[in-house]
Amino acid sequence: MRAFTFERANAPVEAAAAVARTPGAKFIAGGTNLLDLMKLQIETPTHLVDVNGLKLDTIEPTPEGGLRIGALVRNTDLAADERVRRDYGVLSRALLAGASGQLRNRATTAGNLLQRTRCPYFYDTAQPCNKREPGSGCSALDGFSRQLGIIGVSDACIATNPSDMAVAMRALDATVETVRPDGMARKIPIAEFHRLPGETPHVETTLEPGELITAVTLPPPLGGRQIYRKVRDRASYAFALVSVAAVIQRDGTGRLAVGGVAHKPWRVEAAEADLPRGAKAVTERLLAGAKSTHDNAFKVLLVERTLGAVISEARS
Amino acid sequence: MRFDTPATTNPIDQLKVVGQPTDRIDGRYKTTGTAAYAYERHDVVPEQAYGFVLGSAIAKGRIAAMHVEDAKTAPGVLAIVTTLDMPRLERGMMNAAYLFGGPIIQHYHQAIAVVVAETFEQARAAAYLIRVDYQSEAGKFDLAAEAPNATLIGDDSGEGSSGPPEVRVGDFEGAFAAAAVKLDESYTTPDESHAMMEPHATIAAWDGDRLTLWTSNQMIAWGKRSIAKILGIPAQNVRLDSPYIGGGFGAKLFIRADAVLAALAAKAAHRPVKLALTRPLIANNTTHRPATIQRIRIGANRDGTITAIAHESTSGNLAEGKPETAVSQTRLLYAGANRLMAMRLTPLDLPEGNAMRAPGEAPGMMALEVAMDEMAEKLGLDPVEFRILNDTQVDPEKLDRRFSHRDLVGCLRLGAERFGWDKRSPRPAQVRDGRWLIGAGVAAGFRNNLLTKSGARVRLDRQGVVTVETDMTDIGTGSYTIIAQTAAEMMGVTLDKVVVRLGDSAFPASAGSGGQWGANNATAGVYAACVKLREAVAQQLGFNAADAEFSNGDVRSGNRSVPLSQAASAGELVAEDLIEYGDLAKTHQQSTFAAHFVEVGVDAATGEVRVRRMLAVCAAGRILNPKSARSQVIGAMTMGVGAALMEELAVDKRRGFFVNHDLAGYEVPVHADIPHQEVVFLDEVDPMSSPMKAKGVAELGICGVGAAVANAVYNATGIRIRDYPLTLDKLIDRLPEAV
Ligand SMILES: Cc1cc2nc3c(=O)[nH]c(=O)nc-3n(C[C@H](O)[C@H](O)[C@H](O)COP(=O)(O)OP(=O)(O)OC[C@H]3O[C@@H](n4cnc5c(N)ncnc54)[C@H](O)[C@@H]3O)c2cc1C
Ligand code: SF4
Repeated sequence: MRAFTFERANAPVEAAAAVARTPGAKFIAGGTNLLDLMKLQIETPTHLVDVNGLKLDTIEPTPEGGLRIGALVRNTDLAADERVRRDYGVLSRALLAGASGQLRNRATTAGNLLQRTRCPYFYDTAQPCNKREPGSGCSALDGFSRQLGIIGVSDACIATNPSDMAVAMRALDATVETVRPDGMARKIPIAEFHRLPGETPHVETTLEPGELITAVTLPPPLGGRQIYRKVRDRASYAFALVSVAAVIQRDGTGRLAVGGVAHKPWRVEAAEADLPRGAKAVTERLLAGAKSTHDNAFKVLLVERTLGAVISEARS
Repeated sequence: MRFDTPATTNPIDQLKVVGQPTDRIDGRYKTTGTAAYAYERHDVVPEQAYGFVLGSAIAKGRIAAMHVEDAKTAPGVLAIVTTLDMPRLERGMMNAAYLFGGPIIQHYHQAIAVVVAETFEQARAAAYLIRVDYQSEAGKFDLAAEAPNATLIGDDSGEGSSGPPEVRVGDFEGAFAAAAVKLDESYTTPDESHAMMEPHATIAAWDGDRLTLWTSNQMIAWGKRSIAKILGIPAQNVRLDSPYIGGGFGAKLFIRADAVLAALAAKAAHRPVKLALTRPLIANNTTHRPATIQRIRIGANRDGTITAIAHESTSGNLAEGKPETAVSQTRLLYAGANRLMAMRLTPLDLPEGNAMRAPGEAPGMMALEVAMDEMAEKLGLDPVEFRILNDTQVDPEKLDRRFSHRDLVGCLRLGAERFGWDKRSPRPAQVRDGRWLIGAGVAAGFRNNLLTKSGARVRLDRQGVVTVETDMTDIGTGSYTIIAQTAAEMMGVTLDKVVVRLGDSAFPASAGSGGQWGANNATAGVYAACVKLREAVAQQLGFNAADAEFSNGDVRSGNRSVPLSQAASAGELVAEDLIEYGDLAKTHQQSTFAAHFVEVGVDAATGEVRVRRMLAVCAAGRILNPKSARSQVIGAMTMGVGAALMEELAVDKRRGFFVNHDLAGYEVPVHADIPHQEVVFLDEVDPMSSPMKAKGVAELGICGVGAAVANAVYNATGIRIRDYPLTLDKLIDRLPEAV
């Protein structure tokens, strides 16, 4: 861990300005991801701006009938919120499928969206990694890649986004609300929030320098069966090999987002039209152009079969 | 005390204290955080500075230069020792890797520098400032690719499993060719990490030329000799102290880089230095269980009698490393007149392979007991009955050499009954429970029992308190408690009158903790010392030692009874002895036995395997404390589930290292993976093992579990996987069509 300076911000714009002002500055929320990465010197911020005092920790109804989740709402509180459990079950289930109770008590909504990949080479500073050190190469491409991405990958990076919460938010079409250092607020649809790796895998989102997440809003409830199915090597406390967030209506239509396969929660709206035709048809469109490695080729079939299980659970 | 004839009746047989399910006497300290582990011993020496170890970024080659200027001037830095500062150091006992010194890199994350600073954070930050110029060389990292070049080699794992390069009995090839029913299959097991909770950690302090290490080590006497050899100092100048150990599983049998670098760093900084290895270093700097490729051939008559059995294992290791002794159980487990066992080794440039919980048997049983399941199916026999049919009461290589006591059949029969084995469908892929395909599997468990000398000192003070001192270690196993129980039984006092002090090299040398030999040997050593103390007490009180009875805090003979404490009224009584063994272990084979039964569910869609219930029936001589023994066995069963379903150090075959080198990447079972475990101990004693009539259980508990899981997965799905771990990617394309 490199030595760094630290300040507590009291207002959102002030926090954004503080990060924009200092080169190499970062926000810190729960710290459950950032601090781990700092200890390994994968992240080396020069200055931390603590956003825990910004009072962005409430969940409020929106005029449209949805919910506005403050950026600092803890994963535990979000999962337990009565409205979320009732109207957005897929989100509650996704949160509870992630990490552990202790971590969820600390982890925040914004921090969760911005957690970084679990690619093992990203975690070993002795190994080349374009995401950690742009231009150094990708160790995973022809290395150990069982956990890594199969769709939307590039020759520069095949990492996945490990968040469970984000997969559910993608299925729900959430919107990320931010404020920039100049005080301008903006709304970013979740579909446009995370980026594919392309040639710049170190740029993971469409946030601008210093831009602070203030909230995530959910549209009005969708109803339907809301399922989050996380497939993993052990029963708990493991990142997904593949996960599916689904909202499926009585008539068989619905929405699907898939985790564990791409640099962002993966959703192809056009594929959802095939839902009534079953998992195979959906997967063909959802994963069209998939590019897997020897180690992770199984994920294509795993997505199809998991989708199948989710669809039949929804029907039952 | 020399133990060379089978034990007869002795005070332990009273079982007033021994054999009772006593709570662990150290449990209170552990649950309240007052048991200080090596890294937390803030009070043992003042002015402790922090060390941080830097590992090599290449797997093979040499270091041309190291640039430490920036690190030296970083805040708080007190000293830096690099591998270029000294020639290659000697190695300790039973280790293949050189731990420090010189420019040559043998494996990834080999220690190349230690930075000492006022705080841990300063030491770590400075270590990252060291720049290293490497000259990398191509290495061999792929066991499967190198296996054809492997050569025959014999070995003793040092933990009880052993074998010459090749064992031949009868005419294996002829009998196998002629057999009516045959199996010839290959199985693989991956590299595994001990993944114990407490990392390797040491505080080192020099007082002139005398060195003290407060460390976490299973084998104090080995450690003392090894550190002296590595540093080139006399062993009598070294003290090791290791009262609490947060798990070891073989990772802490040896002196490793934490102890060596703490000692070097303390010398350089002129300050006591504490350091712990980071998780990545535990995977790549220390030892691991090596991967194996095993070929098993079994030939049998149509009635199920095995006529030919062959087990060949290939593993890899550093140049002077040893093979994984995965064939050793097959030498002893089943009858069969024609036999072939062979071990082969090929050089690899991966980190050092060495002992991990039940070295040899753990991976060996994972293969053998699946082969037995496959063979039973070919024969149309129930797998329990097939094993019973081929049971042996004698060493199959030397028919006049009997087992001291062997009740594998009892384990299998009782286990089958308790588990409800008769309800299992012999045809695979028949049972479904919602989304789950259900199956049950069985495997035998087998692990040798080792006799090794062990010493202790016992003191009696005028309050009647008995204090035991031995360098025996408690690695979470319950040593404190069973030693206290032994002393209490021998001296006729209650447990609250016994104090146990362990893990200090100033105490008499013991068996230590390894190879599941700790419990029997260490308590037998305490027994021997207590026999001496009883003699001293009797003499002091004017009793004839032979007919004095020690009970309820009194010593009694005829109608005279005197409080035990009175024997120390004129001063503390001290007795010391050790148990040594004659040739009972040569004339008789001593082993421990189990039957493992497992029920699994396999998700019909995804292939996720989840264990639903487990049962182990163990026959391991006298159980000294059923509660701590059960804890050992359920822990071992859990580790067996890990080996079966998820544990694998992933090898990067280009760069030569274990990639998933933290506990997020190297998955071990969590609570949710282990729903229900039952352990039954057969009520038995083995008078040939020691005066305690006990044997080990802690490694028995893992041996066979993996195969029982794999056999259950086969029974659930009809899919036979011969490559561990049984992750869903190996099942998914063979599962039934989704509904
Ligand atoms: C052992 C372990 C297991 C885990 N398992 C899972 C799992 O199974 N599934 C899963 O989904 N996750 C898992 N996680 C990840 C966990 O969900 C994240 O660490 C957590 O959500 C991050 O939230 P935080 O508030 O602690 O973020 P921090 O660590 O504080 O921050 C993360 C990033 O977000 C930035 N940031 C924080 N707040 C803001 C803001 N308001 N605006 C802009 N930027 C901001 C920070 O600068 C930083 O870059 C696991 C983590 C651990 C340590
Ligand atoms: S996949 Fe991405 S994160 Fe992983 S090594 Fe390659 S560039 Fe780095």
